[in-house]
Amino acid sequence: MTLLQHRPPAGASDHPEHAEHHDEPTFVVKWLTSTDHKVIGINYMITAMVMFYLSGFMALLMRVQLSSPSGIGMSLQTYNELFTMHGSLMLYLFAGPFAFGGLANYIVPMQVGAPDMAFPRLNAFSYWLYLTGSITMLLGFLTSTGAAAFGWVAYAPLSTSAYSPGPGADLWIISLFLTGFSAVFTGVNLVATIFYLRAPGMTMWRLPIFTWNMLVTALLILIAFPVLTAAMVFLWTDRHLGTHIYSVAGGGVPVLYQNLFWFFGHPEVYILALPYFGVATEIIPVFSRKPVFGYKGLVFATIAIAALSTGVWAHHMFTTGTVLLPFFSLLSLLIAVPTGVKFFNWIGTMWRGQISFKTPMLFCVGFLLAFLMGGLTGVMLASPPIDFATHDTYFVVAHFHQVLFGTTVFAGFAGLYFWYPKMFGRMLHDGLGKAHFWTMFVGFWLTYLPQYVLGLHGMPRRVATYPAGLGWASLNVASTVGAFIIGLSFLIMLVNLWVSWRNPVPAGDNPWDGHGLEWFASSPPVHHNFEKLPPIRSERPTWDYNHPDARTIAHGHGTADYELVGAGARGASGAGDGTTDA
Amino acid sequence: MASLLGVTASPPSTSVPGPRDDGRGRRGTLQSRSHAHGDDVGRHAQRRRRLAGIGAASLPLLLGGCQLPTFYGYRGQTSQAHDEFLLYAGTVIAAIVVGVITGGLILWSVVRYRRRSDAMPRQFQYHIPLEIFYTAVPIVIVLVLFGFTVFTENKVDNVSPTPAVAVKVTAFQWGWRFDYTNQHVFVQGVRTDNPDPVGLNGNTCTASAPTPNDCLGPGLVLPVGQTVRITLVSNDVVHGFYVPQFNFSRYALPGVTNRFDFNVARSGIYRAQCTQLCGLYHAQMFFHVVALPPAQFDAWVTGSQPQPDQSSVAQPGTASAAGTAGTSGRSASGARSAGASGSSAAPSSTVAGASSGTTPTGPASTAPPASNSARTTPSTASTAP
Amino acid sequence: MKIEARLLVGVALFFLVTGVGYWFWSYEQSGTVMLIGAVLLGLVPGSYYLWWSQRMTPRPEDRDDGTLAEGAGVIGAFPSSSIWPFVMGMGLFSCALATVFGTWLLAPGFAAVFAAAIGYTVESRRGGTI
Repeated sequence: MTLLQHRPPAGASDHPEHAEHHDEPTFVVKWLTSTDHKVIGINYMITAMVMFYLSGFMALLMRVQLSSPSGIGMSLQTYNELFTMHGSLMLYLFAGPFAFGGLANYIVPMQVGAPDMAFPRLNAFSYWLYLTGSITMLLGFLTSTGAAAFGWVAYAPLSTSAYSPGPGADLWIISLFLTGFSAVFTGVNLVATIFYLRAPGMTMWRLPIFTWNMLVTALLILIAFPVLTAAMVFLWTDRHLGTHIYSVAGGGVPVLYQNLFWFFGHPEVYILALPYFGVATEIIPVFSRKPVFGYKGLVFATIAIAALSTGVWAHHMFTTGTVLLPFFSLLSLLIAVPTGVKFFNWIGTMWRGQISFKTPMLFCVGFLLAFLMGGLTGVMLASPPIDFATHDTYFVVAHFHQVLFGTTVFAGFAGLYFWYPKMFGRMLHDGLGKAHFWTMFVGFWLTYLPQYVLGLHGMPRRVATYPAGLGWASLNVASTVGAFIIGLSFLIMLVNLWVSWRNPVPAGDNPWDGHGLEWFASSPPVHHNFEKLPPIRSERPTWDYNHPDARTIAHGHGTADYELVGAGARGASGAGDGTTDA
Repeated sequence: MASLLGVTASPPSTSVPGPRDDGRGRRGTLQSRSHAHGDDVGRHAQRRRRLAGIGAASLPLLLGGCQLPTFYGYRGQTSQAHDEFLLYAGTVIAAIVVGVITGGLILWSVVRYRRRSDAMPRQFQYHIPLEIFYTAVPIVIVLVLFGFTVFTENKVDNVSPTPAVAVKVTAFQWGWRFDYTNQHVFVQGVRTDNPDPVGLNGNTCTASAPTPNDCLGPGLVLPVGQTVRITLVSNDVVHGFYVPQFNFSRYALPGVTNRFDFNVARSGIYRAQCTQLCGLYHAQMFFHVVALPPAQFDAWVTGSQPQPDQSSVAQPGTASAAGTAGTSGRSASGARSAGASGSSAAPSSTVAGASSGTTPTGPASTAPPASNSARTTPSTASTAP
Repeated sequence: MKIEARLLVGVALFFLVTGVGYWFWSYEQSGTVMLIGAVLLGLVPGSYYLWWSQRMTPRPEDRDDGTLAEGAGVIGAFPSSSIWPFVMGMGLFSCALATVFGTWLLAPGFAAVFAAAIGYTVESRRGGTI
């Protein structure tokens, strides 16, 4: 049933147009056929969470193996499969889809005041590609030769059929086709939604930072993922059609794979990180009861990070001896600048605020500290001589886990705690949430700090066993203990979800005194999101509507922007007659 | 060759290259080394405690590199590694300063601006001078760091036109081969079983290494104080040539030849390992560097060079055993056999065939290694005297 | 629309500068090709938007003083449910698995994709439910 959605006028209380509400389909049919961005977003998040828990379980198995130098008897093949699938699930199937498939799908249309994503059926199609891609990757475990075992980067000669025969590797490649297309479709959808479905008054410079970050992320997806798909097509033809794109024997160039992969892979890191920066930037102002500090600077910083991130791919290849070190080193170091700007924006937002430490805010503070540590070690690794000393050691492992865990998990779960009331109309338990945070926080540092030391002592990554007597065992045990504490924290999370499911505490429409348009809708929102909209005169229309006396103090631009808050609809000027609306 | 085939069967007394004729002096060297600088990991734990109190105040120490705390890193046993260490330590200090300031601001905001009342905070959003300030300062920091980086990088990557010794390092699944191109000597080992190195590498190496596990795998013998040119290639997949105490790693890429120099500063035995995932036995692809004073190095070379009477022992047919050999061909006798046959492909296949009774801990190996090691025929073999 | 256009053209310009700089600094082909690809990614939609943004009156969502009343009216077609994305997804899944588990899986795969393509089109043309 196609709905010709009308823009709800300001202040209109109820809208009679939701005819489709009368015949709600059954659960399964709804799940299979829904093109509602909210349903799809929740589907994405649930699937991504399943992947997260599976992948985390694999990480625990690996940590157990590493707790003693000779391991616990896990075979090398199993270990190689585990870290390959751990990385692949986390990076391809959890971190990215949770953000741009789940959170963005749900939140972005609401923040711009749209009834749905621009292409609802394409959106549903993206989800099915993502789900089937995830299943495809996991199917590798059921094959006789096991899942892919060449690391999540699948460097070329090792991933060719001579060195990695068997269907597990093929399933891994096919899975990246499916999820890659899924990501591209979602990216297109997000860009179109943000460009074409904004509510009147929601100019680009009033987009909430989360939406800005998702726009930039979507552009990065469109730049990066096709390259990954191309790299995988080449790999597949090398494996099955006898081409020699990556094999020296046939005149191919193995380094080409690394170039292609990292041209995707480094933007991918920011595809994973930027949405979560956006999540943190949504949450910190709300709990500080202030507007985000340096809004425009923050947007430019985001764009700068994204732009620079596409010019630094070869900093993963410093030790290949085939790349231009100063170019990639300089651009990599320069990323520290906009990232620093973001830090100071976050601090400036908290500065002189009234910060209440509800669970989401607590997670955001954890994110700031974790990302600070990960970022500083990242600056070190951007320097080729230091990278020479630590490349492919646990130093790098600790670095990227601090960055990625810090962003995707700390900020990601901050987002989940933050928007869960909006999605389900019920609260998560704050005490359990804080218990989740503190166990995870302790486990996080206990897990990764010893890994820095291990790396500096020369322990390589991706090894199932290591020599005894080098003093590595105790540090590894500490890391394993930390990993289990993290595991415990996610059991607390499950308990929290269960409690909220069994004993719902109604959330109300705006439990946090939120800023964005999503808090103006009901919880959970009705089918096409809004029955009414507030006037949009800044990047936090809901706040302006609720606090007409606490508007942003404009500084240096557009003072007139804020005169109309609460004034409702201004008379039509005649200029914008809606002809360009989608 | 016979002795080669019996690497583990024969007494391992000759296993460590070099010190055979000068063993005592060698051991003395190692002892003095361990007194001079206790950088090995075994002693690191004690050092770590002493370093616990290091703070940002050590910035002036940047001038005197020797006084710098190690920040858990290695000071480096080559001149290149020492340059890298200075950059590392300086960067860590800068990072600590930046981290303390930023983290302090975060924690200060968190503590100071906790919600104490329902008063509405001032809704400010922009402060242009401040924003310019915190954009400009990181740019300056980063550019300074970039300057030091380029400076160090040029020194580390500098390749001397006249190296004293040239070694071609060939990585393969899952072992290493070191060809001393001009001396007609090579050392080759396939992967080493973890975690029992004794008996694979000989007791002398084990005894003089900082820990027994510092001398796993084949030994790359290098002279101290001379420029060594390493030419790094791979026979199959991507491997990582990594010597932690040299603060250096470089990929061995198929189809690419990488060249770099080491100027080893002190004699000793330095653990090393493949760092880039290269397949099933990646975790067991060890080697180690044996740094000897030039005289001992020369003696080792002489002692390792081809001896005509051993030329008939080559057994090419045993090459297929290489994949599951599970042992190290690294030994003085193995090295000595290098050019011994004086012809064609015999040496490498023989070395590869040096199977021992040690069984691999993992599943049965896959096929490729046999042919890989067979391909490692040294170019010098045919030109051997 | 102007800001959107500038964003995309900015992407193109950035990659043009980076790509040209990269080429003349490194003479490395693969990276240059990818950077030029990124130029096109920004340039193709960006130039269209730029061209169009010069000729259109700003939309209500482009103006600081745009009001909700101006935006009232039909803003698009949003199907609330459709089975075809699922059918097409399963069809592609089947085709993908065919490359690993046997080509016979292509038959149901193509059938589903074909059916879904028709279903999509018919659904859109009728402007209604399935």
